[in-house]
Amino acid sequence: MTYALEIEELEKRYGDGFFALKGIDLQVAEGDFFALLGPNGAGKSTTLGIVSSLVNKSGGKVRVFGKDIDTELSDAKLNLGVVPQEFNFNQFEKVFDIVTTQAGYYGIPLKKARLSAEKYLKKLGLWDKRNTPARMLSGGMKRRLMIARALVHEPRLLILDEPTAGVDIELRRSMWQFLEEINRQGTTIILTTHYLEEAEALCRNIAIIDHGEIIRHTSKRELLQQLSVEAFILDTEKSLSAAPELEGFKCLINGDGALEVEVAKGQGLNALFKELERQNIKVSSMRTKANRLEELFVRMVEENAAEAESAKEGTA
Amino acid sequence: MTPLALWTAFQTIVLREIRRFTRIWPQTLLPPAVTMTLYFIIFGNLIGSRIGDMGGFDYMQFIVPGLIMMSVITSSYANVVSSFFSMKFQRSIEELLVSPVPNWTILAGYVVGGMSRGLIIGLIVTLLSLAFTQLAIHNLPMVIITVFLTSALFSLGGFINAMLATKFDDISIVPTFVLTPLTYLGGVFYSIDLLPEFWQNVSLANPILYMVNGFRYGILGVSDVNPFVSLGMILVFIVLLSAIALRMLARGKGIRH
Repeated sequence: MTYALEIEELEKRYGDGFFALKGIDLQVAEGDFFALLGPNGAGKSTTLGIVSSLVNKSGGKVRVFGKDIDTELSDAKLNLGVVPQEFNFNQFEKVFDIVTTQAGYYGIPLKKARLSAEKYLKKLGLWDKRNTPARMLSGGMKRRLMIARALVHEPRLLILDEPTAGVDIELRRSMWQFLEEINRQGTTIILTTHYLEEAEALCRNIAIIDHGEIIRHTSKRELLQQLSVEAFILDTEKSLSAAPELEGFKCLINGDGALEVEVAKGQGLNALFKELERQNIKVSSMRTKANRLEELFVRMVEENAAEAESAKEGTA
Repeated sequence: MTPLALWTAFQTIVLREIRRFTRIWPQTLLPPAVTMTLYFIIFGNLIGSRIGDMGGFDYMQFIVPGLIMMSVITSSYANVVSSFFSMKFQRSIEELLVSPVPNWTILAGYVVGGMSRGLIIGLIVTLLSLAFTQLAIHNLPMVIITVFLTSALFSLGGFINAMLATKFDDISIVPTFVLTPLTYLGGVFYSIDLLPEFWQNVSLANPILYMVNGFRYGILGVSDVNPFVSLGMILVFIVLLSAIALRMLARGKGIRH
């Protein structure tokens, strides 16, 4: 199998002694749509920063499409496009200049750079703003500008660090569609996000990082199969003063007065509705309490924290 | 990267630098023109006419090469230090760091960008000086080589300053407290023959003295120091500062975590 990204024993220790990455291993297959998830400070941005040469590693190996960043850095970078978390363009430059200048850094002649910039600015809905200084753009436009800039040299691997942070839901969904399209066309995508619905909707494989260690590295399908209980919120036609006794189901009335029911894996929703019918409870609408990946993510991070705590107590 | 791709990347950096300083010309090109015109009027015409000859030339002719060189030095330095530091500050330096451009191309691009501003200013000041005095070029190759190398040297100095700077104060400390005094004491306004022997010897430790005198030799044919020693010193400093700048880039000093 060809890997777009291979990471072996990657370590990062900052000058103040903080151990941000404790020897992580990670592989992302070519063509994958991969999510790197983790709480704040877990090591996601440090990992991607090392891959994109913005952070110096303390140890380990990184290869982009087989090109080692220690020995073939220039070749590795040619395959890579990076959309960072923070806005990092010259706020005073015009949109078109920012994108064509980036193409120039990759050695693309100006004529070709202009065509490529036009293509991606049009795709991302920024063509009308091409002569606008970047500081005049809205937050969503600035994010799209960074995506256009990262794609202008048509990289085989696109890294997105929180690409939809602070972007409204409509725009977020249009960005998802765009990312899915370029992934279908062959670009491998790695993203970090705090919107777990985003990872659930887009990604095929997932790694969860916490305290500088990969605590899970698997396919989304496999991960979601581990979810044993799912919670649903049901709005009833008549408000309920107390939680009904539903045989086989745990339920409660939540703060909004809606019925919250836990459905175990394999129980099925038909049984729940049969039980509701039997008790003459009419349901007007239904939704999941949290998205499934979010539940798993929270649980895994909590378990990891508990394990770390007990290990600490054990050594104390 | 192929040689052609490297050339494109180099050109991109240089053109972006030129675009930057021409876009903000009232901050970059106009002030030295105004300042130097005032120098020509006050020091050259008003005070200079009472001073008489210096080094065998009238005072205005004597100070013109020094003032041209002073403009070239400050403009080359200021261009690179402010451009590179503001890229660091806005984090747009990351655009370059993620790209495959090698460090030496980044350095060369910034240095040539700084030289472009320095040389344009040098040309503007030279043209302005013609309104006040006549310049007969004594040794054209010497003029061209000295001004190009000096401009390159101070662009390198600005680059290192910007790499080390962590706040805006840091980019004004060197120009204010090091560059300006060394330039003023570097024989722009006087020949060091006027100084007592002790201060003449102290002046010889000032690298800017060599650049000003090398350039003055090219224009007027007079110099306080051997002009070829001046060229040699500039070259040595260029090699030294290039090595320091490249090492800093390789280590990511101030630009990589």
